[in-house]
Amino acid sequence: MGAPGVEAAERTEPGGNGYVGRSLRRKEDPRLITGRATYVDDMVLPGMVYAAIVRSPEAHARIVSIDTTGAREHPGVHAVFTGEDLADMAAPCPMVFVPPGVEMRVPDHWPLARGKVGYVGQAVAVVLGTDKYGVVDAAEHVLVEYEPLPVVVDPEQALEDGAPLIHEEYGTNTVFEWSLAGGDVEGAFRDADVVVEKRIVNHRTAGAAIEPRGVLAEWREGKLTLFSSTQIPHICRVILSIQLGITEEKIRVVAPEVGGGFGSKLQVYGEEVLACWCARRLGRPVKWTATRSEDMQTTHHGRDQIDYVRIGAKRDGTVTGIHARIIQDCGAYHLIEGPVIPTFSACVVSGCYDFPAVRTDIVGVFTNKFTTDAIRGAGRPEATHFIELTMDALAEELGMDPLELRRRNFITEFPNPRPHGFIYDSGDYHGTLDRCLERLDLDAFRREQAELRERGIYRGVGFSTYVEICGLGPSRALGPEGWGMQGGYFESAQVRVHPTGAVTVYTGTSPHGQGHETGFAQIVADRLGLTPDVVEVIHGDTNTGPFGKNTYGSRSLAVGGEAIARAAERVQDKAKRIVAHKMEAAPEDIEVADGRFQVRGSPDKAMTLAEVAGEAYIPQDLPEDMEPGLDEVCFYDPPNFVWPFGAHACITEVDAETGRVDVVRYIAVDDCGPAINPLLIDGQIHGGIVHAVGQALYEQVVYDADGQLVTGTFVDYALPSAADVPSFETDRTETPTPTNTLGVKGVGEAATIACSPAVVSSVLDALRPLGVTSLDMPLTPMRVWQAIQAAQGGGDGPAATEQGKALDDHGSGSAGSGPASPSEGGGL
Amino acid sequence: MARVSLTVNGVQYTEEVEPRLLLVHLIRDRLGLTGTHVGCDTSNCGACTLHLDGEAVKSCTVLAVQADGSEVTTIEGLGAEDDLHPLQEAFWNNHGLQCGYCTPGMIMAGADLLARNPNPSEEEVREGLSGNLCRCTGYHNIVKAVLEAAGGTQAAAGSRTAEEVTA
Repeated sequence: MGAPGVEAAERTEPGGNGYVGRSLRRKEDPRLITGRATYVDDMVLPGMVYAAIVRSPEAHARIVSIDTTGAREHPGVHAVFTGEDLADMAAPCPMVFVPPGVEMRVPDHWPLARGKVGYVGQAVAVVLGTDKYGVVDAAEHVLVEYEPLPVVVDPEQALEDGAPLIHEEYGTNTVFEWSLAGGDVEGAFRDADVVVEKRIVNHRTAGAAIEPRGVLAEWREGKLTLFSSTQIPHICRVILSIQLGITEEKIRVVAPEVGGGFGSKLQVYGEEVLACWCARRLGRPVKWTATRSEDMQTTHHGRDQIDYVRIGAKRDGTVTGIHARIIQDCGAYHLIEGPVIPTFSACVVSGCYDFPAVRTDIVGVFTNKFTTDAIRGAGRPEATHFIELTMDALAEELGMDPLELRRRNFITEFPNPRPHGFIYDSGDYHGTLDRCLERLDLDAFRREQAELRERGIYRGVGFSTYVEICGLGPSRALGPEGWGMQGGYFESAQVRVHPTGAVTVYTGTSPHGQGHETGFAQIVADRLGLTPDVVEVIHGDTNTGPFGKNTYGSRSLAVGGEAIARAAERVQDKAKRIVAHKMEAAPEDIEVADGRFQVRGSPDKAMTLAEVAGEAYIPQDLPEDMEPGLDEVCFYDPPNFVWPFGAHACITEVDAETGRVDVVRYIAVDDCGPAINPLLIDGQIHGGIVHAVGQALYEQVVYDADGQLVTGTFVDYALPSAADVPSFETDRTETPTPTNTLGVKGVGEAATIACSPAVVSSVLDALRPLGVTSLDMPLTPMRVWQAIQAAQGGGDGPAATEQGKALDDHGSGSAGSGPASPSEGGGL
Repeated sequence: MARVSLTVNGVQYTEEVEPRLLLVHLIRDRLGLTGTHVGCDTSNCGACTLHLDGEAVKSCTVLAVQADGSEVTTIEGLGAEDDLHPLQEAFWNNHGLQCGYCTPGMIMAGADLLARNPNPSEEEVREGLSGNLCRCTGYHNIVKAVLEAAGGTQAAAGSRTAEEVTA
């Protein structure tokens, strides 16, 4: 695997005004808190029609016939299209992961089904008309005759001989098989004194951004504009060009205000290309906004791995090796990169530990469910979950303190080459754990825990020490010679100083809540001696700025921010040459201080950026051979990934009578390098924790045995509410990465990657006196209660380690709250 | 069709509507007040929360005809960029929002909560906002913002408040 080396980047001092590192409140917020922001569904264009999509109620079926007559005759309906009408579409939705030497099965996935359907909710027809309610009425009159086929929803059953085939042409439900290993894995288990093995189900979840997906497409004067609630407008434009056969200069994709993504909008969905195709065909703008039920059915899901994990160790706790076998449920079809997600589990299978031998074997499986793809963390939460819980099991087996086991195996030397080819950039794993324990006071908790147990109250503490890979990424390592991703992973930036000294920054990243407009402005302000309020950051529009690679994988700061810093430094360099010329000094003697470019040691000899810009745009006295203007571009392709890390501790209380779990206290100590804006970091950590607490305790996407989606609304899919979680204690250490000049890593996914094993481990710690030793998420009251009953020798069998497969085994709850008792858990 | 007369943010409107038209669609599509959002269609997420005759309601579950003769306040009527409501200011100061999609509903729910209970505890704020879902913030800074707006001193543990950007 072509993992790159670490080329140390010289860290630069920004100089200037010192806005970097400060908790500035966000430039984005005034429009958002006053209701003046513009999301896709807020937009209206002249002549616009609405689209309603007819979706399959069958999980697996041949389409016998489609009769659109009734819908076409409905008042206000302009057109109805089916898969046959889209025959002129140049290509199906592409999937960009093509690992070398691996047979990858990629079935055609068209925006409207052709001949058969493979999951509930698959789009079959589209109705276009002038009235938002009328098109929904008309869609009811599209008559589709289906011939049902056998359904398989369990990935392990799908792999068995004789299982129904989702795509008969392959003769198998296997999507692909892929392995990554390093070190002497066989020897590691041969030489181990102890081997622990676990089967861990990491169940299917939804991204559940509060803004449902939506698109608005317009074809005008031979050009296409798509407004889409997307994380990846630039990538979307490339794919629209391929699918529609229109060259890119005639396509503009805009991500306006985007109401959350969490990976679920790192996608090019069928509705995006479908709306564009319809707009061109009708000559009218076309808007489609998902209902929540459509969103739950057809916005890609995440996780859905079954992990078989083995860790071998010596008696003293020194781990000899880890082997993970991952069964990844891919769903019936792929979207842009689904099969690559479990390979990110393989990247971090060594965790923050000095494992000398590692191996990951992945098998992807087709089932009659919707596609899985990247959701916050994307493969890394799954890995952290199985590593940390298996380390806990190892500690139990060795009779060793789980924190002592972790410390014994922590990596302490950096940069650190891992046996499977990656090089960890920098870290201080003892440091974050020390800081976490300082805040926790474990001895005090253990005393409290013992006292509470005397009174029948079960509290426990769980830990997670993690490392993640982010900052995607070095294009060469991700490309055909290494990973097999068909794309570049650089980022672009343009820093444009206007003639009066204000600045516009164009970034190739595409935020959806992270606060880029503020953080990036801080970076630029310091380098140009400005205040952030005169630095405007423009994003998410392919008609502005250079081609970019957008926002996902905690890459925006480590790759996009670094590109901006470098472009700003190019502007700074040119400005220094202009000032040096005017002041008759050497460029290297010019410094940015007190908001000005001044001659070092002679503060009276100085120019503001506005004065410099005046010289640059009225170029009557520039240095010889200097071009006019003050406007620089940078394309930055990082030399390595970056590896944030940290230590989390969770305290939960379990009601042994009802099985209800409450998070009582949560401490997160994370290290993402030097902070640009600590406020934004804390916000990412808070949200990341609750995302993972949701998976650990409440949320689960459930399909029944017929492939029907049981959790198709927020009534059934239980997102945590404010009442379900406490306030959090966050802290940081700052270990710079040598990979970029800012020293920054990434933080968008960190807490989601860290958190779930800490929650589960804390519940197991709480229930240790009752004999419960293993639990799979989500820890619904019923599941916990059943585990307690089983451990106590009660009659109810333990459903605890089975993937939620029955209607009555999912975490339902009202109004987003977790179920409060088994009787509320949905049907006991 | 039915005729609905109502006052929204102090402006009187009379509209001919289908009896099935939802109040949120009247507000968004007819009156162009797009600060009120739709997130779930089942009154779980609260993105559509506005004030109907002074009380917070989820406008995706109210028919426009039910609002006949009523006074409606939306996020646009609560404050403007140069005249922020104290809750809006508190959300800004405390980083109580990220993507902003749930924010108008969350602020309208918070305003209703504070009208009924001007000095809530953290637990009361959390219970009071439990009908509004946010996927970005983990609620920590939302709760902190509401407590600050209440003038309470019981700020949530372990986090910071933003500095203003000064020119």
